[in-house]
Amino acid sequence: MIEEDEIDLLLNDLYELHGYDFTHYSRASLKRRINRLWALDKFPSFAELRYRVKSDTDYIKRFVEELTVNVTEMFRDPQFYKTLRTEVLPTLSAKPFIRIWHAGCSTGEEVFSMAILLREARLLHKSLLYATDLNPEVLEAARKGIFALAPMKQYSENYIHSGGTADFSSYYTAQYSRVKFREELAEKMVFSTHNLVSDGSFNEFDLILCRNVLIYFDKALQERVLTLFDESLGPLSYLALGAKETLKFSTIQAKFKQVDSEKIWRKMK
Amino acid sequence: MAENEVIKGCKAVLIGGSTGSIDVLLSLLPALRSPLPYALIIVLHRKNTADSNLANLFALKTSISLVEVDDKDPIVPGNIYLAPADYHLLLEQDGTFSLDDSEKINYSRPSIDVTFESAADVYGPSLLGILLSGANADGTNGLKAIKKAGGYIAVQQPESAQVGFMPRQAMLTMPVDYVLDVSEMITLLT
Ligand SMILES: C[S@@+](CC[C@H](N)C(=O)[O-])C[C@H]1O[C@@H](n2cnc3c(N)ncnc32)[C@H](O)[C@@H]1O
Repeated sequence: MIEEDEIDLLLNDLYELHGYDFTHYSRASLKRRINRLWALDKFPSFAELRYRVKSDTDYIKRFVEELTVNVTEMFRDPQFYKTLRTEVLPTLSAKPFIRIWHAGCSTGEEVFSMAILLREARLLHKSLLYATDLNPEVLEAARKGIFALAPMKQYSENYIHSGGTADFSSYYTAQYSRVKFREELAEKMVFSTHNLVSDGSFNEFDLILCRNVLIYFDKALQERVLTLFDESLGPLSYLALGAKETLKFSTIQAKFKQVDSEKIWRKMK
Repeated sequence: MAENEVIKGCKAVLIGGSTGSIDVLLSLLPALRSPLPYALIIVLHRKNTADSNLANLFALKTSISLVEVDDKDPIVPGNIYLAPADYHLLLEQDGTFSLDDSEKINYSRPSIDVTFESAADVYGPSLLGILLSGANADGTNGLKAIKKAGGYIAVQQPESAQVGFMPRQAMLTMPVDYVLDVSEMITLLT
């Protein structure tokens, strides 16, 4: 089990040697992630774990990948997607062009879900989906649009609960234990690395989704990131967070109005 | 130590449960009197499709403020907190909660072990952990961590539990301070 001061040492090494700054991540979660890696990779002592992190650049990749949590699914929280369908997309449909940013998109399930919503609303042709993550590995997976077959049954149920009426399986072709989603869904997606800790705004958006990413940040970093989103949102655009994330502790809250009881806010000023 | 002394020294009381523990809470909650001198934190296994219904059901049973936790909510004594479905519930040194959607532990998210271990880190000896009915081995490691940090641990008496496996598992692993049926639990907590 790692001690608090050892966490500080490791985070400092990561920053100095590799430029990744995890010092404003939620400590309790980070500690569990480090302990998990320590056990998985069977380090006999903290000194050996630290030495490996400092000296082995391949290991560093693994360390950073495993430190962050990449759990995701398609149409996660179906009611959320239903509100996007019924309340959000209709207000964007008159726009000549729709720009969406998925910050912390992980392996892309959220982005493909959004592409399906846009296609069904006949808006995909004029949309652009920017999907970013800190971790190049998950982006590589997202770009391929290939997912495991096993969870498709669950995703199909989620899709139906989100108000989907098509045959969900018509969106992909299955091969062995994997599925590939239709090329046309991916045509409007742009994948790129972007670190919410250190990178800035790169465009103005009509909708930003950052779901289940802020829970890993402390309040100070959350405030930085929410301010970055505020700067990247045009008038009457939307910000969507994860099921248990909120604007209630943030200074940007005053400019936003919540849509229904979902974790979606509209920028009013 | 006398039982009322135990509860006096507690900044937080944690209750973890699985199958058969909702009924225990429905009997326990109405017996709690305001103001609670501690923060009561409840972690239950439930289907991830569950929405806020469980919090609403519990809230009807008590006049004390009971909320399903949002990320970074402050932990305030006198309040009752319920872990949200499909997230692990963690406690931070600065006295706030944080959430985490990492892998399930003991086939569970929220996992009782995760919350109990994290609470032991923050509250050390000023903690009481109670494990209720369930068919899962979750919670045992959590109680172990609380004990190691100097806190008190209790389990629902297995014979009085709908499913005795979970408390029994803990009792097989370590000596527990209290083995309680529901009315004894109420006495300890009030
Ligand atoms: C739990 S996943 C959420 C995926 C998806 N948004 C969802 O809700 O299902 C969190 C993602 O945030 C990414 N992440 C963590 N820290 C980040 C940072 N500083 N900048 C950008 N992405 C980050 C992780 O790599 C991971 O893919």
